[in-house]
Amino acid sequence: MRILVGIDQSDRVAPVLSGACQRLSDGDSITVAVVAPTDEASMDELEMAVSDYVDANELGATVTTLSGHPGSELVELAERKGFDRLVIDGGRRSPLGKIQLAALTEFVLLNATMTVTLIR
Amino acid sequence: MTRIYPETPAGPFDPPPAVFTDAENRQIEIQTYDDGSIEPFVTMYLAFEPADRAQGIPPTNEPRIREWLEQILIDESVNVYATYDGGVIGHATLVPDGNDAYELAIFVLRAYQQSGIGTRLIYCLLGAGQARGVERVWLSVERWNAAARALYRNVGFEPTDADGFEFEMSLRLSATQ
Repeated sequence: MRILVGIDQSDRVAPVLSGACQRLSDGDSITVAVVAPTDEASMDELEMAVSDYVDANELGATVTTLSGHPGSELVELAERKGFDRLVIDGGRRSPLGKIQLAALTEFVLLNATMTVTLIR
Repeated sequence: MTRIYPETPAGPFDPPPAVFTDAENRQIEIQTYDDGSIEPFVTMYLAFEPADRAQGIPPTNEPRIREWLEQILIDESVNVYATYDGGVIGHATLVPDGNDAYELAIFVLRAYQQSGIGTRLIYCLLGAGQARGVERVWLSVERWNAAARALYRNVGFEPTDADGFEFEMSLRLSATQ
């Protein structure tokens, strides 16, 4: 299975990538797409954080960057390259514990044509 | 994230205690929670109708309910609760968001909904918040929940973010010092 992981937040790099890798089977391949960050990090910093994590944990994943609207670029890449699954951050919780879907999560859920996995 | 708040403070609102008769002729008492036992709240949330949950809260099983309540029933929060016949049947809370504002939520057991208790709970909660010096309050509500949105609007909440799955509203309780 070919898996595309979308990353948009520097403090969620490790949880999302480790979550994605826990679900791998033999023969699966991972591509990580870095999209415009929603936090203070720059695109370069976020890509660096992703590359460092991929190297340090020997994930053997390809890392790419996507400029433009994060959700639509991610879904478009997944369709064009025939990925079987899209993995993204599942959103956060409010101070009260309410689940809050990020804009990227919402867009991907509504528009992706392949299976989507949300990492919590 | 920068959230917009109304310029004019809402209220004033009266803090608890309050005693009133609801639309079903039940005598309801509202009180402020401070440092009591969480057990009456655990009992209430174990009886909470799962279909009435919103955005993942309240949690559904006892360990998670306890864990959640321990994060909410704290000194830094403002909590008020409604009782009938000795049991807790409603709870409203203001939880600090770390940015000098408070997130609001309200929960009423199904058998006690649509009888005016929710509205009274919110007024009492905002009264307790005002007494504690809370300035800014926000909440999120599911987009389809028109009844809740209307209730919040009547209290003085104004929409701030209508783009997402959730509908956000905010209210000012007192002028910024």
